Amino acid sequence: MTVVSTENVPVMTEPDVVAVRRRVREAAAQLGFSLVDQTKVVTAASELARNTIIYGGGGHMLMERLNGPRNGLRLTFKDDGPGIADITMALRDGFTTGSGLGLGLGGAKRLCSEFDIISAPGAGTKVTITRWK
Amino acid sequence: MEKIPILKMGGFLLVTIQVDMHDQLAMALQDDLTQMISQTEARGVLIDISSLEIVDSFIGRMLANIAAMSRVLDAQTVVVGMQPAVAITLVELGLSLPGVRTALNVDAGMDVLRSSVNGARGIYDGRIH
Repeated sequence: MTVVSTENVPVMTEPDVVAVRRRVREAAAQLGFSLVDQTKVVTAASELARNTIIYGGGGHMLMERLNGPRNGLRLTFKDDGPGIADITMALRDGFTTGSGLGLGLGGAKRLCSEFDIISAPGAGTKVTITRWK
Repeated sequence: MEKIPILKMGGFLLVTIQVDMHDQLAMALQDDLTQMISQTEARGVLIDISSLEIVDSFIGRMLANIAAMSRVLDAQTVVVGMQPAVAITLVELGLSLPGVRTALNVDAGMDVLRSSVNGARGIYDGRIH
Protein backbone atom coordinates (compact mmCIF):
# COMPACT_ATOMS: atom_id res chain seq x y z
CA MET A 1 0.00 0.00 0.00
CA THR A 2 1.33 3.42 -0.91
CA VAL A 3 0.29 6.89 0.12
CA VAL A 4 -0.46 8.72 -3.11
CA SER A 5 -0.96 12.17 -1.68
CA THR A 6 -1.28 13.92 1.62
CA GLU A 7 -3.03 17.11 2.56
CA ASN A 8 -3.20 18.99 5.83
CA VAL A 9 -6.41 20.81 6.68
CA PRO A 10 -6.74 23.06 9.74
CA VAL A 11 -9.64 22.25 12.06
CA MET A 12 -9.87 25.28 14.32
CA THR A 13 -13.24 26.93 13.81
CA GLU A 14 -16.78 25.92 12.82
CA PRO A 15 -16.40 26.99 9.17
CA ASP A 16 -13.40 24.62 9.05
CA VAL A 17 -15.83 21.72 9.58
CA VAL A 18 -17.56 22.72 6.34
CA ALA A 19 -14.16 22.94 4.61
CA VAL A 20 -13.25 19.46 5.90
CA ARG A 21 -16.50 18.05 4.51
CA ARG A 22 -15.81 19.64 1.11
CA ARG A 23 -12.20 18.42 0.90
CA VAL A 24 -13.09 14.88 1.97
CA ARG A 25 -15.99 14.81 -0.50
CA GLU A 26 -13.68 15.87 -3.37
CA ALA A 27 -11.06 13.28 -2.47
CA ALA A 28 -13.60 10.46 -2.06
CA ALA A 29 -15.19 11.33 -5.40
CA GLN A 30 -11.78 11.40 -7.12
CA LEU A 31 -10.99 7.97 -5.69
CA GLY A 32 -14.16 6.65 -7.29
CA PHE A 33 -16.12 6.00 -4.08
CA SER A 34 -19.82 5.30 -4.56
CA LEU A 35 -22.19 8.07 -3.52
CA VAL A 36 -23.16 6.16 -0.36
CA ASP A 37 -19.51 5.58 0.58
CA GLN A 38 -18.71 9.25 -0.10
CA THR A 39 -21.58 10.28 2.15
CA LYS A 40 -20.47 7.92 4.92
CA VAL A 41 -16.86 9.09 5.00
CA VAL A 42 -17.85 12.77 4.76
CA THR A 43 -20.32 12.32 7.63
CA ALA A 44 -17.70 10.55 9.76
CA ALA A 45 -15.22 13.36 9.01
CA SER A 46 -17.81 15.95 10.00
CA GLU A 47 -18.36 14.27 13.38
CA LEU A 48 -14.64 13.97 14.08
CA ALA A 49 -13.86 17.52 12.95
CA ARG A 50 -16.52 18.86 15.31
CA ASN A 51 -15.08 16.76 18.16
CA THR A 52 -11.62 18.14 17.40
CA ILE A 53 -12.93 21.68 17.85
CA ILE A 54 -15.36 21.22 20.73
CA TYR A 55 -13.42 18.74 22.88
CA GLY A 56 -9.88 19.15 21.58
CA GLY A 57 -9.83 22.93 21.32
CA GLY A 58 -8.88 22.71 17.65
CA GLY A 59 -6.27 20.79 15.70
CA HIS A 60 -5.86 19.55 12.17
CA MET A 61 -6.80 16.79 9.79
CA LEU A 62 -4.28 14.87 7.74
CA MET A 63 -5.89 13.45 4.61
CA GLU A 64 -4.07 10.67 2.76
CA ARG A 65 -5.11 9.02 -0.47
CA LEU A 66 -4.06 5.38 -0.39
CA ASN A 67 -3.28 3.11 -3.30
CA GLY A 68 -3.04 -0.62 -2.85
CA PRO A 69 -5.15 -3.64 -3.67
CA ARG A 70 -7.97 -1.15 -3.22
CA ASN A 71 -8.06 2.62 -3.17
CA GLY A 72 -8.72 4.19 0.17
CA LEU A 73 -8.91 7.40 2.07
CA ARG A 74 -7.26 7.75 5.47
CA LEU A 75 -8.12 10.69 7.71
CA THR A 76 -6.26 11.52 10.90
CA PHE A 77 -7.73 14.10 13.28
CA LYS A 78 -5.25 15.33 15.84
CA ASP A 79 -5.59 17.80 18.66
CA ASP A 80 -3.56 18.76 21.71
CA GLY A 81 -6.58 19.08 23.96
CA PRO A 82 -7.26 17.52 27.35
CA GLY A 83 -7.50 13.99 25.95
CA ILE A 84 -9.95 11.23 26.81
CA ALA A 85 -9.73 9.40 30.15
CA ASP A 86 -11.99 6.47 29.29
CA ILE A 87 -11.99 5.64 25.57
CA THR A 88 -14.38 2.69 25.94
CA MET A 89 -16.90 4.99 27.56
CA ALA A 90 -16.33 7.72 24.96
CA LEU A 91 -17.13 5.26 22.16
CA ARG A 92 -20.42 4.25 23.73
CA ASP A 93 -23.50 5.65 22.00
CA GLY A 94 -25.22 8.29 24.04
CA PHE A 95 -22.19 9.10 26.16
CA THR A 96 -21.09 12.71 26.01
CA THR A 97 -19.26 15.14 28.25
CA GLY A 98 -20.58 17.99 26.11
CA SER A 99 -24.05 18.92 24.94
CA GLY A 100 -24.18 16.69 21.86
CA LEU A 101 -25.95 13.42 21.24
CA GLY A 102 -22.95 11.25 22.04
CA LEU A 103 -22.99 9.69 18.57
CA GLY A 104 -19.84 11.27 17.14
CA LEU A 105 -17.10 8.77 17.93
CA GLY A 106 -19.19 5.59 17.84
CA GLY A 107 -21.01 6.78 14.74
CA ALA A 108 -17.78 7.67 12.93
CA LYS A 109 -16.44 4.20 13.78
CA ARG A 110 -19.49 2.52 12.29
CA LEU A 111 -19.24 4.57 9.09
CA CYS A 112 -15.66 3.52 8.30
CA SER A 113 -13.70 0.41 7.45
CA GLU A 114 -10.99 0.98 10.05
CA PHE A 115 -10.94 3.08 13.18
CA ASP A 116 -8.16 3.83 15.62
CA ILE A 117 -8.01 6.19 18.56
CA ILE A 118 -5.05 7.17 20.70
CA SER A 119 -5.67 9.45 23.64
CA ALA A 120 -4.70 9.99 27.24
CA PRO A 121 -5.46 12.71 29.77
CA GLY A 122 -3.26 15.71 29.02
CA ALA A 123 -1.85 14.12 25.87
CA GLY A 124 -4.40 15.16 23.25
CA THR A 125 -6.37 12.89 20.96
CA LYS A 126 -5.58 11.28 17.63
CA VAL A 127 -8.37 9.55 15.73
CA THR A 128 -7.61 7.76 12.47
CA ILE A 129 -10.28 6.44 10.14
CA THR A 130 -9.86 4.65 6.84
CA ARG A 131 -12.49 3.95 4.26
CA TRP A 132 -11.59 1.52 1.49
CA LYS A 133 -13.28 1.65 -1.87
CA MET B 1 -24.29 37.02 8.93
CA GLU B 2 -25.77 34.70 6.31
CA LYS B 3 -29.22 33.32 7.02
CA ILE B 4 -31.44 30.61 5.66
CA PRO B 5 -34.62 32.22 4.30
CA ILE B 6 -37.99 31.19 5.71
CA LEU B 7 -40.98 31.67 3.39
CA LYS B 8 -44.56 31.99 4.56
CA MET B 9 -47.17 30.34 2.39
CA GLY B 10 -50.72 30.40 3.73
CA GLY B 11 -50.60 28.90 7.21
CA PHE B 12 -47.30 27.15 6.59
CA LEU B 13 -43.62 28.06 6.72
CA LEU B 14 -41.27 26.73 4.06
CA VAL B 15 -37.54 26.35 4.41
CA THR B 16 -35.20 25.11 1.71
CA ILE B 17 -31.71 24.42 2.97
CA GLN B 18 -29.41 24.95 0.02
CA VAL B 19 -26.06 25.57 1.67
CA ASP B 20 -23.69 23.31 3.55
CA MET B 21 -24.58 24.59 7.01
CA HIS B 22 -22.03 25.20 9.67
CA ASP B 23 -23.29 24.71 13.21
CA GLN B 24 -24.03 28.37 13.99
CA LEU B 25 -26.17 28.65 10.88
CA ALA B 26 -28.14 25.57 11.93
CA MET B 27 -28.67 27.03 15.40
CA ALA B 28 -29.79 30.35 13.90
CA LEU B 29 -32.33 28.55 11.71
CA GLN B 30 -33.72 26.78 14.76
CA ASP B 31 -34.16 30.11 16.59
CA ASP B 32 -35.56 31.96 13.55
CA LEU B 33 -38.09 29.23 12.86
CA THR B 34 -39.48 29.15 16.38
CA GLN B 35 -39.76 32.96 16.30
CA MET B 36 -41.56 32.83 12.96
CA ILE B 37 -43.99 30.14 14.12
CA SER B 38 -44.91 32.28 17.08
CA GLN B 39 -45.19 35.51 15.06
CA THR B 40 -47.15 34.12 12.13
CA GLU B 41 -49.13 31.50 14.08
CA ALA B 42 -48.13 29.00 11.42
CA ARG B 43 -49.64 25.54 11.80
CA GLY B 44 -47.04 23.71 9.77
CA VAL B 45 -43.35 23.83 8.86
CA LEU B 46 -41.90 22.17 5.78
CA ILE B 47 -38.13 21.75 5.59
CA ASP B 48 -36.70 20.72 2.23
CA ILE B 49 -33.29 19.07 2.64
CA SER B 50 -32.99 17.68 -0.89
CA SER B 51 -29.87 19.80 -1.47
CA LEU B 52 -28.14 18.56 1.69
CA GLU B 53 -25.33 16.13 0.87
CA ILE B 54 -24.91 15.01 4.45
CA VAL B 55 -26.86 15.10 7.69
CA ASP B 56 -24.55 14.52 10.63
CA SER B 57 -25.53 14.24 14.28
CA PHE B 58 -25.59 18.01 14.74
CA ILE B 59 -27.92 18.70 11.81
CA GLY B 60 -29.99 15.66 12.79
CA ARG B 61 -30.38 17.05 16.27
CA MET B 62 -31.37 20.43 14.84
CA LEU B 63 -34.13 18.79 12.77
CA ALA B 64 -35.38 16.88 15.82
CA ASN B 65 -35.29 20.07 17.93
CA ILE B 66 -37.25 22.04 15.34
CA ALA B 67 -39.87 19.30 15.21
CA ALA B 68 -40.14 19.20 19.01
CA MET B 69 -40.25 22.98 19.44
CA SER B 70 -42.82 23.49 16.71
CA ARG B 71 -44.98 20.76 18.26
CA VAL B 72 -44.94 22.65 21.55
CA LEU B 73 -45.98 25.75 19.59
CA ASP B 74 -48.87 23.80 18.03
CA ALA B 75 -47.29 23.39 14.60
CA GLN B 76 -46.39 20.25 12.65
CA THR B 77 -42.98 19.82 11.02
CA VAL B 78 -42.29 17.66 8.03
CA VAL B 79 -38.80 17.12 6.59
CA VAL B 80 -38.80 16.34 2.89
CA GLY B 81 -36.44 15.26 0.14
CA MET B 82 -33.74 13.41 2.04
CA GLN B 83 -31.30 11.83 -0.40
CA PRO B 84 -31.13 8.00 -0.15
CA ALA B 85 -27.39 8.05 0.58
CA VAL B 86 -28.04 10.49 3.43
CA ALA B 87 -30.78 8.26 4.86
CA ILE B 88 -28.52 5.18 4.78
CA THR B 89 -25.69 7.07 6.46
CA LEU B 90 -27.92 8.66 9.07
CA VAL B 91 -29.29 5.32 10.27
CA GLU B 92 -25.82 3.78 10.35
CA LEU B 93 -24.61 6.76 12.34
CA GLY B 94 -27.26 5.87 14.91
CA LEU B 95 -29.88 8.55 14.22
CA SER B 96 -33.33 7.55 13.06
CA LEU B 97 -34.89 10.98 13.75
CA PRO B 98 -37.65 9.82 16.09
CA GLY B 99 -40.48 12.33 16.28
CA VAL B 100 -39.64 13.87 12.91
CA ARG B 101 -42.23 13.37 10.18
CA THR B 102 -40.75 12.89 6.74
CA ALA B 103 -42.02 12.82 3.17
CA LEU B 104 -40.32 12.04 -0.11
CA ASN B 105 -40.84 15.43 -1.74
CA VAL B 106 -42.40 18.86 -1.26
CA ASP B 107 -45.78 17.84 -2.72
CA ALA B 108 -46.09 14.84 -0.41
CA GLY B 109 -44.92 16.96 2.51
CA MET B 110 -47.57 19.60 1.85
CA ASP B 111 -50.21 16.84 1.79
CA VAL B 112 -48.98 15.62 5.18
CA LEU B 113 -49.21 19.13 6.64
CA ARG B 114 -52.65 19.87 5.16
CA SER B 115 -54.15 16.62 6.34
CA SER B 116 -52.66 16.87 9.83
CA VAL B 117 -53.91 20.44 10.26
CA ASN B 118 -57.35 19.66 8.84
CA GLY B 119 -57.52 16.48 10.89
CA ALA B 120 -56.78 18.38 14.08
CA ARG B 121 -59.44 20.94 13.19
CA GLY B 122 -62.02 18.18 12.69
CA ILE B 123 -61.46 16.82 16.18
CA TYR B 124 -61.73 20.32 17.60
CA ASP B 125 -65.05 20.99 15.79
CA GLY B 126 -66.37 17.68 17.07
CA ARG B 127 -65.81 18.78 20.63
CA ILE B 128 -67.63 22.07 20.23
CA HIS B 129 -70.77 20.87 18.51
